[in-house]
Amino acid sequence: MANNDFDIHYVANLARIALSPEQEARLAAQLGDILGYVKKLEELDVTGVEPMAHAVPLANVLRTDEVQPSIPQEAALANAPKQANGLFVVPKIVE
Amino acid sequence: MLHELTLTGLTAKLAAKEVSSREAMQACLERIDAVDGQVNAFMSIDRDDALGQADAVDAALAKGATHAGQPLLGVPVSLKDLFCVKGQPVNCSSKILGDFRSPYDGTVVRKLRDAGAVLFGRINMDEFAMGSSTENSAFGRSNNPWDLERVPGGSSGGCAAAVAAQECFGSIGTDTGGSIRQPAALCGCVGLKPTYGRVSRYGVVAFASSLDQVGPLTRDVRDSATLLGAMAGHDPHDSTSVPTEVPDYVSELGGDLKGIKLGLPGEFLIDGIDPEVRAAFDAAVKQCEELGAEIQEVSMPHTEYGVATYYIVATAEASANLARFDGIRYGDRVDGDDPFSLYCNTRGQGFGEEVKRRIILGTYVLSSGYYDAYYLRAQKVRTLIKRDFEQAFETVDALITPTVPAAAFKAGEKMDDPLQMYLSDIFTISCNLAGTCGISLPCGFTSDPKLPIGLQLIGKPFGESQLLKIADAYEQATPWHTERAAL
Repeated sequence: MANNDFDIHYVANLARIALSPEQEARLAAQLGDILGYVKKLEELDVTGVEPMAHAVPLANVLRTDEVQPSIPQEAALANAPKQANGLFVVPKIVE
Repeated sequence: MLHELTLTGLTAKLAAKEVSSREAMQACLERIDAVDGQVNAFMSIDRDDALGQADAVDAALAKGATHAGQPLLGVPVSLKDLFCVKGQPVNCSSKILGDFRSPYDGTVVRKLRDAGAVLFGRINMDEFAMGSSTENSAFGRSNNPWDLERVPGGSSGGCAAAVAAQECFGSIGTDTGGSIRQPAALCGCVGLKPTYGRVSRYGVVAFASSLDQVGPLTRDVRDSATLLGAMAGHDPHDSTSVPTEVPDYVSELGGDLKGIKLGLPGEFLIDGIDPEVRAAFDAAVKQCEELGAEIQEVSMPHTEYGVATYYIVATAEASANLARFDGIRYGDRVDGDDPFSLYCNTRGQGFGEEVKRRIILGTYVLSSGYYDAYYLRAQKVRTLIKRDFEQAFETVDALITPTVPAAAFKAGEKMDDPLQMYLSDIFTISCNLAGTCGISLPCGFTSDPKLPIGLQLIGKPFGESQLLKIADAYEQATPWHTERAAL
């Protein structure tokens, strides 16, 4: 679990979070400490142990494919920061 | 005074028509006006809506509605600021949701309404339920009613503070790594985290989907049993909710602890527990023995890996869940020239520092080249932690531990050191990783200053009935739950 190559700028970009240089420096130091702490898990031998995604004894929960009531378009758009013609408005994606 | 009643005490008076729901709601509002300036548990209250609901219940009561059919008829209950209530704001104590209003009622909200509850108020929390003190709220922290200089715990710290300050008859929170039990311990109330899958999470803003669970914070165990009974059950809208029968938790309360085996995990009783907390815990164990319980030492060898496992699993899931806050469909938007900069600006300005820290950590542990070393390994250790519980539950009915290693800490004390803040959850986290149920209840006080101490009981999966029965037996034999903070 090498964490000396933790690149805060790169990871923050992956997470789509803009950080100031001061925030980058502070978070990098704190995350370095936390990653140092979680290295603890290397002490354990996990050979042959199944990973656990969640604790519920359920798998492949299915329902019949039937149309159910849902919220109307107007309500779905009511919280949009920008909307027009029943659509969400976003900045131009293709030139 | 009406606001001093327990939820059960209030329903008795409502059923006997000694008080009306409007009077109960009014009593809460008056209490809030008197003390919430100091406690700061509530972010907002729609008073007209609350009193309107109370009037509707009073009309139903006059027409013959009974508590047999609707156990919460007329009872004012407050909600942590992450439950969707149709037409009401929900902010998760974050700036990023702006003036968002929920287009629908979540399942817990619907079920509590069906049971007759008057749902009111948005209660302060750590932003997106990430924190142990409410200091991560974008709207200022809540204060511990026992000592206003100290934190109420978190993330459901506002819920615990509101219950301890007698501003409501119960409050609904969520627990991802201890976020109900830890604040309940620090504020001297009862907090129950049900088994994963027991209560629907539909209409609850998600933090870490394999760990989050909804539960009550109340003045006593019986009140928690009543609220759980109203909320529990399968919901087709949440595919992780489990279709097992919901017992009548309240009617199964009572009796002593004869025949009950309680497991004492040596790995929890490590150095670093405050001596007064340790003494109160030892006395609680002895009390349970006197009530007939058999105490057995059990081993939970992977306990020390809980916090590290949790902060990988929870942050990984958070990084995926919180991707939805992108400034496109709802919430505040900070413009950019292209979608990429719009996302980065919106999230950079909308999220607080702890949320950013966790999303970035979660993104990293899931990123190409690190997934196996961090996330996959943590999921495997999670299996080992769950096995510890399964093995312990082969010989005992429940585990008994302190809820937190120390009483409430001072505001600001741990804000510069996130790792120290994380370590305060050391006793509560493994219960979420294993997916089972746990409860915290008062078991004493420190001497100077006088601060509540919490006892944690962890039960078998879907064993809430027995867990509540054990907690109730201890509570009925001790005076701690009757003490109130002087405000």
